[in-house]
Amino acid sequence: MAEVTILGAGVAGLCVASELAGRGVALRVIDPAGGPGAQGCSWWAGGMLAPDCEGETAEEPVIRLGREAADWWAQRTAVTRAGSLVIAPARDRGELDRFARRTRGHESVDATALEPDLPSHTALHFPAEAHLDPRAALGDLLRGLAARGVAVGSAGTPRGTVIDCRGLAARDALPDLRGVRGEMLLLRSRDVALSRPVRLLHPRHPIYVVPRGDGGFMLGATQIETDATGPVTARALLELLSAAYALHPAFAEAEVIETGADARPAFADNLPRIRRHGDVIHVNGLFRHGFLLAPALARMVAELVTEGRIPEVMDEDRDQRHAARG
Amino acid sequence: MAAFYGVTLDSPMMLGTAQYPSPKVLADAFAASGAGVATVSLRREAGGGQDFRALVEGLGVRVLPNTAGCHSVKEAVTTAQMARELFGTAWIKLEVIGHADTLQPDPFGLVEAARILCAEGFEVFPYTTEDLVLAERLLQAGCGVLMPWGAPIGTGLGLNNRYGLRSLRAQFPEVPMVIDAGLGMPSQAAEAMEMGYDAILLNTAVAKAGDPAAMARAFAMAAEAGRLARGADPMAPRDMAAPSTPLIGKAWLE
Repeated sequence: MAEVTILGAGVAGLCVASELAGRGVALRVIDPAGGPGAQGCSWWAGGMLAPDCEGETAEEPVIRLGREAADWWAQRTAVTRAGSLVIAPARDRGELDRFARRTRGHESVDATALEPDLPSHTALHFPAEAHLDPRAALGDLLRGLAARGVAVGSAGTPRGTVIDCRGLAARDALPDLRGVRGEMLLLRSRDVALSRPVRLLHPRHPIYVVPRGDGGFMLGATQIETDATGPVTARALLELLSAAYALHPAFAEAEVIETGADARPAFADNLPRIRRHGDVIHVNGLFRHGFLLAPALARMVAELVTEGRIPEVMDEDRDQRHAARG
Repeated sequence: MAAFYGVTLDSPMMLGTAQYPSPKVLADAFAASGAGVATVSLRREAGGGQDFRALVEGLGVRVLPNTAGCHSVKEAVTTAQMARELFGTAWIKLEVIGHADTLQPDPFGLVEAARILCAEGFEVFPYTTEDLVLAERLLQAGCGVLMPWGAPIGTGLGLNNRYGLRSLRAQFPEVPMVIDAGLGMPSQAAEAMEMGYDAILLNTAVAKAGDPAAMARAFAMAAEAGRLARGADPMAPRDMAAPSTPLIGKAWLE
């Protein structure tokens, strides 16, 4: 079978690599940083596998394709299948009703029944959802690739079919890609225990808290229309921390372990694309759904490469198509 | 139609650009509404990159930058100056927020910032309350347009003080006025236009709707209906029934 070179060792690149390697395709991965790390936005992800909750604003393909994610990841890394919880402050109760109207797959519960540390109020539980630790997951993908003899390196000349998974760096080839800034922070608290991601609805600052085990919590994430990747702003910190404090006052005593900010790659409709330019297949625009959508995109790329099947998110270059028609 | 600093707009609808699920949905909402003006928050969105600016300019409508999120005169003035540079327009929607929870305008800071910006050649659209004295001061400061609130930003409560809004409209009949903020449903937009307001400005009610494009269209149609009704010289309400067919001369009367 023809050789494949994957550009980019973020969640998209490594998922495509894992899927292709599992199907016996000879490949290697090239990333200037030599592997996943703080230079890529996957490093700062929340790791929620929450297709139903994302359905509040995301379009149908995100929900449907996202449902593949938990099973795919569970074969490769630790996935916690404990559902997710959505709550709203008492005065924003209307936000919870709206969220319930716009989403499927939820049941109305008392928050305390599922999360004993949270005060008693009405919440939405999405039992089919799951979460993972993104950095651990990327490490597990790397180990799986190494076990199959796949090289992940910082240099090399691309050979064979090139699958470009460079995220925002691929703007040199995909001018319609834009950056959407996200900011997050990691806390450690021994006073609060959560078993599942909790989303706090707020008309101005909706946020989520994802438990990472051992007292660790990820707080995310802002969504700002800019490709600026500079440090977290004071405003973002204030918003994120105020929301965490509203969720549980004991978060005020938590240690701030880390803050992060990066720009996610997105197209105008915030939906991902697989796009072919000659010998290069672009996989990009995963927006805030990297860990949620990368497994489905990896499957589609593998079907394209090994079986020639055209993926549903394939978006052939228009000029190219016109040229082909003459 | 009224002219805003010499510019006559085809549509009485102005739309905000925040909180949409995606730029595509934002563009669809603009197309569906026919809105001729897009408000843009400089502080939050356009700070770091060219992408958002390109996106807004791609809408093909007039840009009205705003100073949303500014709590002091100094912040508002600086933000306005940045906006003029970035978007190449003298238009500025001036917001000076006085209360963090209700986002109510700070009337004192608003007048001061308006005076500074008008003197610098800005064409100021002040986000204000329906207070008559404040309106007078803003006009004295050099404002040629007023933007009274319907209700606090993002509440969707509609026209909270109908008496106040009617009296403001009657007090300054020559000043172009836009109902800005608080609109939740198209019927409220129609009512604002029936009262004689020249345009409506909204964001949340469209951006947060399940189908933003449909809601944008609904608001545009309602605003147009209200505008037509106002121009058609509506009948005055009365307490007693007024039969549309005269009773005299009917063959049988009980």
